Amino acid sequence: MDAFTTHTGTAAPLRRTNVDTDQIIPAEYLKRITRTGFEDGLFVAWRTNEPDFVLNRPEYANASILVAGPDFGTGSSREHANWALLDGGFRVVISPRFADIFRNNSTKAGLLTVVLPEADVEALWAAIEADPALPVTVDLQAEQVTYGDVTVPFQIDPYTRWRLLEGLDDVGLTERHLDDIQAFEDARPAWKPKALPAV
Amino acid sequence: MPKTLAEKVYDAHVVRSAAGEPDLLYIDLHLVHEVTSPQAFDGLRAAGRTVRRPDLTMATEDHNVPTLDILSPIADPISRAQVDALRRNTAEFGIRLAPMGDRDQGIVHVIGPQLGLTQPGMTIVCGDSHTSTHGAFGALAFGIGTSEVEHVLATQTLPQYKPKQMAVNVDGELPPGVSAKDVILAVIAQIGTGGGQGYVIEYRGSAIEKLSMEARMTICNMSIEAGAKAGLIAPDQTTFDFLQGRPHAPQGADWDAAVAEWSTLRTDEDAVFDAEVHIDATSLTPFVTWGTNPGQGLPIDASVPDPADFADEGDRRAAEQALEYMGLTAGTRLRDIKVDTVFLGSCTNGRIEDLRVAAELLRGKRIDADTRMLVVPGSVAVKAQAETEGLDRVFLDAGAEWRGAGCSMCLGMNPDQLKPGERSASTSNRNFQGRQGKGGRTHLVSPAVAAATALTGRLTAPADLIGA
Repeated sequence: MDAFTTHTGTAAPLRRTNVDTDQIIPAEYLKRITRTGFEDGLFVAWRTNEPDFVLNRPEYANASILVAGPDFGTGSSREHANWALLDGGFRVVISPRFADIFRNNSTKAGLLTVVLPEADVEALWAAIEADPALPVTVDLQAEQVTYGDVTVPFQIDPYTRWRLLEGLDDVGLTERHLDDIQAFEDARPAWKPKALPAV
Repeated sequence: MPKTLAEKVYDAHVVRSAAGEPDLLYIDLHLVHEVTSPQAFDGLRAAGRTVRRPDLTMATEDHNVPTLDILSPIADPISRAQVDALRRNTAEFGIRLAPMGDRDQGIVHVIGPQLGLTQPGMTIVCGDSHTSTHGAFGALAFGIGTSEVEHVLATQTLPQYKPKQMAVNVDGELPPGVSAKDVILAVIAQIGTGGGQGYVIEYRGSAIEKLSMEARMTICNMSIEAGAKAGLIAPDQTTFDFLQGRPHAPQGADWDAAVAEWSTLRTDEDAVFDAEVHIDATSLTPFVTWGTNPGQGLPIDASVPDPADFADEGDRRAAEQALEYMGLTAGTRLRDIKVDTVFLGSCTNGRIEDLRVAAELLRGKRIDADTRMLVVPGSVAVKAQAETEGLDRVFLDAGAEWRGAGCSMCLGMNPDQLKPGERSASTSNRNFQGRQGKGGRTHLVSPAVAAATALTGRLTAPADLIGA
């Protein structure tokens, strides 16, 4: 996973609530067995069917920060949604509320999710609609979003922040505790079910 | 300190706990399917890692599988390649697979309970958000992403933070014709698609205690649609009776030891929930969705809402967008909405009890001439049981299609899809835009409403059929 420290880019206003992962990338794109190359499926239905869709507008075509309404990433656990956003050039998604699995997947894939109160999202929407070229900086080190003369703090749990700043792989971290895992396994009751052998 | 059921299960699986770090949680069962696993296996290979506990891992083919002609190679080359990848990966890492054609094949959340692999007090994960289904047995079960699938394959653990605790109390007697699906749709409409965010929900109360295991699975299945991490129900005699004698259930002295432990899996009387919700079961009616998220649902007696009536601007905008996508006009009676397709199946409502309820309403009748009905059993075993009971004949005689097992039209990864503009009444779990096919419009319903709707071609409650 790539480390995330700070990112500056332009931002696209996605004025929608409940952006589910089926909208971020439909199921037909999930048949692939690769981990990259999902940009063609990103918001494909809205891109295709809605000429005015925000990401179809040239002034937002190069945005790398997505600013959405509450309950972003609901529904399916597909990490392909996070990969598609990364493949589509996004490094940060800002929303008042994220679905748990989406947010968790983001921390594994290196996509930063930033929770801001609705009023701050509204203000950011207004600013980037007034000036689509407005640079927005998301600083994970300082835990703040900055644009124009506005600075908004955000919170993230310190452990996740550390992992993202260092770009650390979770499996490697857990493997430091294999002795603990072995001890736990040794104490499990023998009657706990096993899938093998097949009965 | 008094604990909730979910806290008891969680605490019993903490491998390691340290200040400032997530807990390391042991995973008792890892269910795997073809869609969210190939990149995880690639990750293992790239890092030179292996699968720590193949014996606690079980794979099946469900999302991509066609429901017609299931013994032939999959026609879609991309779907076939994905299924082939699962076969290669499970063979390479020594994981049991229930492939197409196998007696154990089916939707991953149907086969776990059916095989007795899902048991009370376990931690269960799968790269699929509807893993919450297994919570019906008093297990802590939740969906994970592909990176976490890789993590569990490699270590049989997951870093986790203890979730907050929510109680959803459903008390009183459910009226006739009102089912578990109506209960959970009502819960989601009440608390919203983000209402459960950060919580594990324990469903409690006299109405829940009376439910069968199938019905409990329907309720826990859709916990994710309320945004919850997981949903669970305390195990009781109904749970034990369901499990006893299943292939992987404990036997003899092990059974007694297991039941003794399972019987302790109840929320302590003075345990405190972070949030509580109360639902009066006696007030519930069949519920249907009108919009494009599962929280946009109403009793079938209602009409399509007017976006202007929503106080919150986000809700208003969402309702406007939903009505436009759904091709609906505010004020239209829900019962006047005409459907093209009825889908009976999925991990929400593809179990034997669901098929029985629908078949009973269809027995000796013909479905509406302009309506297509697809009946897709949740597993090969459900299909075989239904055929033993003659339910396949009931569906076929009524004019419905009787298909092979899989996820099918719930998400349209196989050829079972809606065409643009087509409208379905579906017993599945998500009415998202395009979920059942590009441009398709979905109304979520119970199996009873699905069957009644198939008979009339319009959204219909089972009670409407009496005297009709």
